[in-house]
Amino acid sequence: MVRSGPKPGLEGKMSVLNDTIFALASASGRAGVAVLRISGPKSESVIEQLSGSPVQPRQATLRLLRDPSSSDPIDRALLCWFPAPKSFTGEDIVEIHSHGSQAVVAKLLSVLASFDDFRLAEPGEFARRAFENGKMDLTSIEGLADLINAETQGQRRQALRQSEGALGKLYESWREHILTASALIEAMIDFSDEEDIIESVEVQVLEIVRELHGSITDHLESAGRRGEQMRDGFRMVIAGAPNVGKSSLLNVLAKREAAIVTSEPGTTRDIIEVHLIISGFPVLVMDTAGIRETTGAVEQEGIKRAFERLSDADLVLWLIDPQQSNEDTSILTSIGDALGPEQVWRILSKADLRENDPEDLPKEIDLAISSKTNEGISVLIEKIERLLGAQQGLQSSPLITRARHRIEVVAAQNALSTFMTGSFDEAELRAEDLRQAANALGRLTGRIDVEELLGKIFGEFCIGK
Amino acid sequence: MNKYDVIVIGGGHAGCEAAAASSRFGASTVLVTHQAGTIGEMSCNPAIGGLGKGHLVREIDALDGLMGHVADAGGIQFRILNKSKGPAVQGPRAQVDRKLYKAAMQTAIASCENLSVLEGGVKDLILEAGRVIGVVLSDGEKLLTGAVVLTTGTFLRGLIHIGEQRIPAGRFGEQPSIALSDRLYDQSLTMGRLKTGTPPRLNGQTINWDELIEQPGDNPPVPFSSLTDKITNPQICCHITHTNSHTHDIIRENLDRAPIYSGQIESTGPRYCPSIEDKIVRFQDRTSHQIFLEPESLDNSVIYPNGISTSLPEDVQKAYVRSIKGLENAEILQPGYAIEYDFVDARELFPTLENRKLPGLFCAGQINGTTGYEEAAGQGLIAGINAALLASGLGSDQQSREFILSRTDAYLGVMIDDLVRNGISEPYRMFTSRAEYRLKLRCDNADIRLTPKGQMVGCMGSKRMIWFADHARKLQVAGDLLHSLTLSPSEAKKSGLKLNQDGRQRSAFELLSYPDITWANLAELWPQMNEIEETIQKIIDVDARYAVYLDRQERDIKNYNKEQALKIPRDFDFSAVGGLSNEITQKLEAYQPLTLGQARRIDGITPAALMILIAHIKKSTPERSVKV
Repeated sequence: MVRSGPKPGLEGKMSVLNDTIFALASASGRAGVAVLRISGPKSESVIEQLSGSPVQPRQATLRLLRDPSSSDPIDRALLCWFPAPKSFTGEDIVEIHSHGSQAVVAKLLSVLASFDDFRLAEPGEFARRAFENGKMDLTSIEGLADLINAETQGQRRQALRQSEGALGKLYESWREHILTASALIEAMIDFSDEEDIIESVEVQVLEIVRELHGSITDHLESAGRRGEQMRDGFRMVIAGAPNVGKSSLLNVLAKREAAIVTSEPGTTRDIIEVHLIISGFPVLVMDTAGIRETTGAVEQEGIKRAFERLSDADLVLWLIDPQQSNEDTSILTSIGDALGPEQVWRILSKADLRENDPEDLPKEIDLAISSKTNEGISVLIEKIERLLGAQQGLQSSPLITRARHRIEVVAAQNALSTFMTGSFDEAELRAEDLRQAANALGRLTGRIDVEELLGKIFGEFCIGK
Repeated sequence: MNKYDVIVIGGGHAGCEAAAASSRFGASTVLVTHQAGTIGEMSCNPAIGGLGKGHLVREIDALDGLMGHVADAGGIQFRILNKSKGPAVQGPRAQVDRKLYKAAMQTAIASCENLSVLEGGVKDLILEAGRVIGVVLSDGEKLLTGAVVLTTGTFLRGLIHIGEQRIPAGRFGEQPSIALSDRLYDQSLTMGRLKTGTPPRLNGQTINWDELIEQPGDNPPVPFSSLTDKITNPQICCHITHTNSHTHDIIRENLDRAPIYSGQIESTGPRYCPSIEDKIVRFQDRTSHQIFLEPESLDNSVIYPNGISTSLPEDVQKAYVRSIKGLENAEILQPGYAIEYDFVDARELFPTLENRKLPGLFCAGQINGTTGYEEAAGQGLIAGINAALLASGLGSDQQSREFILSRTDAYLGVMIDDLVRNGISEPYRMFTSRAEYRLKLRCDNADIRLTPKGQMVGCMGSKRMIWFADHARKLQVAGDLLHSLTLSPSEAKKSGLKLNQDGRQRSAFELLSYPDITWANLAELWPQMNEIEETIQKIIDVDARYAVYLDRQERDIKNYNKEQALKIPRDFDFSAVGGLSNEITQKLEAYQPLTLGQARRIDGITPAALMILIAHIKKSTPERSVKV
């Protein structure tokens, strides 16, 4: 399930009860129906602004919804109004049951966001408001959390494993390093009148902080991409020279697997994106413009975009035409260098046109396929499945998969960066930087205050649930 | 039978502040002490303030307490410690002439309205229905009261150790309080023993000063009290010397005669203020320790060698002192000693410092396990105000009968919260690192932080209030001015200030937060900034420099206060809360936290237990909505 992380800019706004909050309450992605939930004092205004007239409370009413700024129709949807206090949160709630199209949902979310005092809910904020308004007590909220999470066993288990196991230990060890550094700085501050304070304390502290900052940065970088993969899908790019069979491969894959083709409007040189589901894992396949030296402005733009896609790909399928053996390999090499060689698969396309023995592949080729005869396609898919399985497996090792974790780790990283650029003449500020870093990690490992703990518990909820 | 609103037992730092605060509040107050002549005695080092402690003095002053201006009257060397670091962690400290200090304190006490001093010992408390309603003096006289503040310092079953010698005493040459201690034990208060020590006092005439490093004070000296215009005492220097390997050998050879190592003393002493024998045992690789030679008076006749407190026998003290450079012929006027004394478990106190088990009895100072004059005075002040509030019967509800400072308000709040929540395992001393909101809790802004709170509760003298009204107005005007003066980046460039050329107007206040922009730079652009008084300039400058951090702390403080705001009823039955482990239930019952914040900070309370607690408090509270 895809989770939306709190936006950094919204930090600390959790308790602003006067805001009206909204979120997609159903799972994101394609579906028959999508449910948007809106809670707060201005919820009711949504009904008239979108549909023109009020509706009866607690009755589902079918209405055409329009963007109030342009009067453009958005979708025909069911509206449900639950006036306070008889609602899930105890506040006025409006639910919009629209078609489960991503475009409709995106439009509705952006329209809602444009209203004054409206903002996207943070994870668990509906449940939190329910708690704060006395609609639920904590034990029942925790029960609900278990129920909701039972549907996504894998993530649940993973989160538990992480917070109790390896990840927790990792964060705790970082925190201990920070505490060591803090202790040294505090000693420098509180015992400056004593000669017993070690003279090299500044060097020592800086060394601890530098090392830690390095570890955190590594962690964020290695974890960041896999977290992205879970949320937005595994990014697979098909690339190669023009006419090597990229689009054909895309079409074959799209036919074989559940796919949505989302070709973007524009020139023929644009990127074509297809969402596939392989082994239950979301995969975003991108077909790119053929890469070659060119002077055409439009084609150059297409190639530029192709490179952009390649640079943040999780996997590149680089197609090679067996009939063009003298192809320029410098681009392929540079992509391999940038992403790591294991992330670039060299695939011989048009295998049906090959004259020699199909088993006899050149060394540098990983696989041979034919989109025409389907030769090698199953092998390719199996290979992708294995890779995805490995990726999923990897996520149970200490890596960030939750936005909440990332936010705190980034906060710690930022505090340590400030520390490293700051001056020791302001030792009290450096001590404060360390305190912030330790607090950020503390919020991950459970050494946290109740306010934050509540946030953590409610953060276990999918948004809008 | 005489009756007073408040009876203060003890005339040390805690007792004096308690009595004065109670009398400022308007309560009829009596201070009972063995000898009126020892009121304001500095029994240990001749200094006030320091890191963390200086903050306490400034806060006491902001609440119109005595210590700041009395130290100004007695101060003979003033220094701001940590000058090389930022303003939040700088601490004022002064060497103080003991006689001048004592005289100034006695004058201050004598000039308090509603306050009388009574010489005598207190041998018992009078109880009625479990409440303290009076005291019995040594001569049998009884005094009735609304509240008692107990500030016994080291007098409760005080026992001095000098080598093998044991002398029951509260201070050197003064009788201890035994009967009163017995009475407290009888009331099943949880009590313990602590130890502290003091170095030998040296005859200044017998020290070879020429050989020693001189340490001058700041010039001009900066007073503690906002109401002190100027320090008028002549200013002196301290001197520094060091122990050497010969000193250490002498001490090592005689360790078996040191009560802390012979088993004669079992109670805990402060890690932060170790005796010289302790330092030598614990830091074996050190061949030298620093000693500050601090004059106890202007005439330099008595010297306090700070850094060599001891309980070794007199002959050993003499031998090791004379092994030290400059002290070769030093005469010991009074031997160093260790003293053991009773203290009460501060976890049995409310944050008002009233004892939970003995309502009407407030405890302040060393009796609560702290060390240091400033810590004692601070507690005295808070206990005095709360005792007066209780005795006056004013205020319609619990809240308005209490004067409690939070951790976000003051070091005083941090200290008392630490004490009543965690108790102590060694004598408690203030450090700046104990204050989470250190950047906000500064010496320079103590007045603006606390004087309004003191005014609310009604314990401020008129002189202070007049001064503060003026101070607050000046701060407001100056702050408004700095926010109103603005500059675009291109204008700044013309004046030689480097800014992002983003076209955004910045105020003078914002500009001050840039590390390379000073008040003087800006005053060139806006000469009216120079018209602002220097003390006001300093406060605004620091606020501006810390602005980014202060904003973040402000958010932390809001969260903290929200949690603090979830009150646990005084009569809340923790045992009725299902789902808590026995251990946690016992802890909650023992400490009786009054807010969720307090409960959280009790050792061993788990997050899960807090969740359960929140749910139950919510159920037992009539309001539908619980804001956590």
